Amino acid sequence: MINKILTLALAVFVATTSAPSFADGLAKPWQLGMQDAASPSALRIHEFHDMLLWIIISVAIFVLLLLIWVVLRYNSKANPEPAQFSHNVLIEVLWTAIPIIILIVIAIPSFKVLYYNDHVENPDMTLKITGYQWYWAYEYPDHEGISFSSYMLADNEIDEAKGQKRLLSTDNPVVLPIDTNIQLLITAGPQDVIHSWAVPSFGVKLDAVPGRLNETWVRIEKPGTYYGQCSELCGKDHAFMPIEIHAVTKEEFEQWLVTAKEEFAALDSGDSLIRMAAFAQ
Amino acid sequence: MADHKPGFFARWFMSTNHKDIGTLYIIFSIFAGLIGGLFSVYMRMELQDPGVQFMTNSDGSPNGHLWNVIITAHGLIMVFFVVMPGLIGGFGNWFVPLMIGAPDMAFPRLNNISFWLIVPAFLLLLSSALIGGGAGTGWTVYPPLSSLVGHPGLGVDMAIFALHLAGASSILGAANFITTIFNMRAPGMTLHKMPLFCWGMLVTAFLLVLSVPVLGGAITMLLTDRNFGTTFFNPEGGGDPLLYQHLFWFFGHPEVYIMILPAFGIISHIVSTFSKKPIFGYLGMAYAMVAIGFVGFIVWAHHMYTVGMDVDVRAYFTAATLIIAVPTGIKIFSWIATMWGGSIEFKTPMLFAIGFIFLFTVGGVTGVVLANGGMDVALHDTYYVVAHFHYVLSLGAVFALFAGFYYWIGKMSGRQYPEWMGVLHFWTTFIGVNLIFFPQHFLGLAGMPRRYIDYPDAYAGWNEISSYGAYIAGASTVFFIFIVFYTLLAGRRVGDNYWDVQPQSMTLEWTVSSPPPFHQFEIQPAVK
Ligand SMILES: [Cu+2]
Repeated sequence: MINKILTLALAVFVATTSAPSFADGLAKPWQLGMQDAASPSALRIHEFHDMLLWIIISVAIFVLLLLIWVVLRYNSKANPEPAQFSHNVLIEVLWTAIPIIILIVIAIPSFKVLYYNDHVENPDMTLKITGYQWYWAYEYPDHEGISFSSYMLADNEIDEAKGQKRLLSTDNPVVLPIDTNIQLLITAGPQDVIHSWAVPSFGVKLDAVPGRLNETWVRIEKPGTYYGQCSELCGKDHAFMPIEIHAVTKEEFEQWLVTAKEEFAALDSGDSLIRMAAFAQ
Repeated sequence: MADHKPGFFARWFMSTNHKDIGTLYIIFSIFAGLIGGLFSVYMRMELQDPGVQFMTNSDGSPNGHLWNVIITAHGLIMVFFVVMPGLIGGFGNWFVPLMIGAPDMAFPRLNNISFWLIVPAFLLLLSSALIGGGAGTGWTVYPPLSSLVGHPGLGVDMAIFALHLAGASSILGAANFITTIFNMRAPGMTLHKMPLFCWGMLVTAFLLVLSVPVLGGAITMLLTDRNFGTTFFNPEGGGDPLLYQHLFWFFGHPEVYIMILPAFGIISHIVSTFSKKPIFGYLGMAYAMVAIGFVGFIVWAHHMYTVGMDVDVRAYFTAATLIIAVPTGIKIFSWIATMWGGSIEFKTPMLFAIGFIFLFTVGGVTGVVLANGGMDVALHDTYYVVAHFHYVLSLGAVFALFAGFYYWIGKMSGRQYPEWMGVLHFWTTFIGVNLIFFPQHFLGLAGMPRRYIDYPDAYAGWNEISSYGAYIAGASTVFFIFIVFYTLLAGRRVGDNYWDVQPQSMTLEWTVSSPPPFHQFEIQPAVK
């Protein structure tokens, strides 16, 4: 019983600590709720989750209280003579109807979040993302086709002085402008397996499926470094193909484009093919 | 010679007796459960601290493939070789004929084949880990990871054959249950008087017959993709990897109800017996199971919210999935209403039943969260999902397995477990599994992906707690094995109705001896 109460107390704590706010995107030790929202999509998910959390905790506590009452009041010592009823039409109608009402209360905001987060009309730019075993390739089709691959830094390459994180930092982070509606087009290599591009603080998770071009969007609200990890089992290095995004101001993004065009020019879009060829040997 | 038993070999290896086959299934289920449980302790050992400590290659680098093989084996073993054989093959075989007043199952030899198919299935699955590098695909076996692209070795082919055999076993068993329940009920036992465990088994059997062939088709198409050059799931040949996922989950979602509906039935009987009250809302309970079974077939793509389905499709599956909460709520509240006004005795089966009701509620409400396509984007393939389905299965179905075991072991063996041992086993299990899985909600909300051999350092704290829980639950399971042996060898002998089941809770298994005669009901019982 103590355990039940303890777990519920913890759950209530979650509810009170997951208020929406903006910050860098990664988990913290002993975190109870979701990573801070950095996009309008994630913010809507947070608000919806806050509502759901109150509902589900109320339901769980209600059931728990009923059970505690039954255990205390109707144990064989407290109540030696059992009643023998087995029907009560009113209560049966109530416990069918009230859950239906609760579900309608849930469904309406649920659909709003679903449709808002699905896609954006007239995006300002596009980022094309391709999943491979075991790295991500990125292309900027609106910016003269800058393209590069992004591999996880090995443990011995991590420089904590630079703020790099084990299992999360990459050799080539994605650079994106803030306050920009960015269309994300996600797929996997035609001879590859399914991956899933997920950045919790953006409220984005979409599978990279061979032969299929999936679409979603993000609008990053604040400069910072945001992390994500592959979220569909893709083989032995599934845990080792993270996503690192540097969100910068629009001016900084323009500056980055200039250097990026030089840096990634030689690689062109053939980069991923070269890497795949290397893998094949 | 009314109670003539065959010799040892004929009795156990050529058995056509529903009770003996049920016993074989239960032994098999416990044995497979120990292996699947060992895998989970090994996984929790690896996840206790960040970095890779145990599952390494010879050069010390992480052996991600070994990890994937172990999570796959854990999932497949627990679903196909522990919960299903335990609840359906074990308790179903033992108690459906007894409860409906039948002398045996309708097709005793078919029953024998059902059991003896699952043994080679299990051996194939275990050897798939050793041959051809093993199947590191997850229990869902999604292509292209499970195609030649991701798994060129024989491991996946072996796993597919294992599922073929296990699936054939389930389908034959299900046909047997449907025939038995429809044709062999005692005179006077209409469907609306049939015990709820039999209702649960009947609905389960229909779900099996309708869903398992779809799995069989999907994995056979995968087999021909792998070996005969078809391209059902290969986009380069005009196929579609998502087709597999639709087929798999058309089976996979009913499968989770296949695992829980017999559990619902067991819990109903235990709650009624120990509350000394009739089941509240019997018909509502029966038809709630029918409704859950029906709706279970039209919600499958809620496992696929992130694959890139059209938004209207996701909206439909959100709405359909939320509806399941209604019949499930009816079950939860009806159990509580059964206890309400009762005179409850807290014997071990009842402790597990009450634990089941609360923990299933916790797993149910997180299911309501995950049902929402918009919300699921944040939680899909994170530890939140792992926590959710372990609350409904590991703490739901498995609690029902233990509840059924303690409720019926006296009936099955003629010997009773010592009560204090059962109570101790309950509390250590309850604390252990909650320590494992409750913190995983936090890990999932914080974004920790599932099926990861290693995780960013921020997730270390809750993972450590979770691993300690696994060690407690593991120790508790070892104690359970001790209880089993102690009970069978030295347990107190019991009479026909050792729980003093009252007339309002009475089912026919309490009218025969403990253990029941080898051939029961030589005079057919009549039900008023
Ligand atoms: Cu991946």
